[in-house]
Amino acid sequence: MQLNFELNGQPVTLFVDGAMRALDLLRERCGITGPKEGCGSGECGACAIWIDGVTKLSCLMLAAQLQGRTVTTIEGLAKDEPHPLQQFFVKKGAVQCGYCTPGMIMTAAELLTHEKMPDREMIRNAISGNICRCTGYHKIVDAVEDAAEAMQGLKP
Amino acid sequence: MITLLPETLEDLWEIFHHQPDYKPMAGGTDLLVRMGVDKKQPPALVCLEKIHDLKTIKKTRDGIRIGSGVTLTELLKNDLIQENLPILHTAISTLGSPLIRNMGTLGGNICTASPAGDTLPALYLLGARVTLYSDRGNRILPLDEFIQGPGRTLLADKEILGSILIPPGDRFNVHHFEKVGQRKALAIAVVSLAALLKVHGGVVEEARLAWGSVGPTIVRSREAEKALEGRKLTLTTLNHAADLARSAVSPISDVRASADYRRRVAGNLLLRLAV
Ligand SMILES: Cc1cc2nc3c(=O)[nH]c(=O)nc-3n(C[C@H](O)[C@H](O)[C@H](O)COP(=O)(O)OP(=O)(O)OC[C@H]3O[C@@H](n4cnc5c(N)ncnc54)[C@H](O)[C@@H]3O)c2cc1C
Ligand code: FES
Ligand code: FES
Repeated sequence: MQLNFELNGQPVTLFVDGAMRALDLLRERCGITGPKEGCGSGECGACAIWIDGVTKLSCLMLAAQLQGRTVTTIEGLAKDEPHPLQQFFVKKGAVQCGYCTPGMIMTAAELLTHEKMPDREMIRNAISGNICRCTGYHKIVDAVEDAAEAMQGLKP
Repeated sequence: MITLLPETLEDLWEIFHHQPDYKPMAGGTDLLVRMGVDKKQPPALVCLEKIHDLKTIKKTRDGIRIGSGVTLTELLKNDLIQENLPILHTAISTLGSPLIRNMGTLGGNICTASPAGDTLPALYLLGARVTLYSDRGNRILPLDEFIQGPGRTLLADKEILGSILIPPGDRFNVHHFEKVGQRKALAIAVVSLAALLKVHGGVVEEARLAWGSVGPTIVRSREAEKALEGRKLTLTTLNHAADLARSAVSPISDVRASADYRRRVAGNLLLRLAV
């Protein structure tokens, strides 16, 4: 089928098979390698992307479902300079192997679009579907907290 | 496999007419996982997510009507649900993870008909009814009739679950849902309990109790309910009801827990109602 959607601000037209997953379309056909395959079954969050601004799992979506949608991946999150979350993940050591990071940041970034100053409990809850094997989560929560403050102009 | 995305119910009936071997899909969180495990695909998959008629929540004289395609996250954020159906709200907040709830729908949870389906015990107690849509017209069934067993419903050929109606109920003042799982997020229930009680002057006037994951489908125990009615919520009363609950359930053993453990927990969960 012919598929038209917007990917990180650019219109895309492609022909795809009805059985192809959104994750494979992005990685193999669009050269977008931010979303990763961890579990392939909805449990790890490494493949998280935004569909019309809502975080979804691209391993449990068919490419066909992107029809007419606005898709944002980690590649499209930052505008001119890295998103504050990206900056604070680096600063706080919240990235180790980095495999979970794109999904983790997409989830956290959606949280910050409707919750300007989330507390640690809210952050933990929001990222509870994103698994990180390396960091122990503490630094990730620190980074999200600091990024939120920075976005409110409370932190340099 | 072809994937179709109709935007109206009329388009859907048209597809069903031409494509007899379709499979409907809402959020895909059960279906795509299952297809991955079975390595089997239907000839056609019909995504319902673009059909606007399936995505509304309304309060009417008959109660609160929830479109089958409303996502679990949308339900959690909805004021009507928060204010009128706290037990359903709590149950949904324990389902999967925020990312699963952004995709999964109430209709999908019902049609999967899993004994561990987290919305089901609450919906049973609330007397939910389902409206099934087809191009032959609509029909309404009580939810506990619609669900026949694990993965089995009364959904007919070329029919979809359109909406879920929760009739205006009596005012309960205890709304309790608790799920025992192996961890906090992303845990399928090992045992769950939903309870709605009307308590006045410390005495239980009416009790409704339903357990998940302890039988082929949701289990209600009229005996355990009766053991609470007319009594105070003391540990003695609850212990007696818990014994009756343990004999009412018929759990299985699986990788997550033994039947024995489930039977014990099913009773123990009642003790949480003590005041
Ligand atoms: C990682 C993970 C964790 C999960 N955790 C939980 C949990 O804790 N508790 C829990 O209860 N569930 C859990 N689930 C299961 C699942 O997310 C829920 O059951 C969800 O509500 C299913 O909704 P869906 O829209 O994704 O269904 P889909 O996968 O789209 O559909 C499920 C089934 O229903 C049919 N169907 C869907 N909508 C309709 C309709 N309108 N009419 C007719 N048939 C229809 C489909 O054909 C399919 O057979 C989990 C799933 C995953 C992947
Ligand atoms: S790869 Fe999608 S959730 Fe793990
Ligand atoms: S940094 Fe390695 S998985 Fe999170």
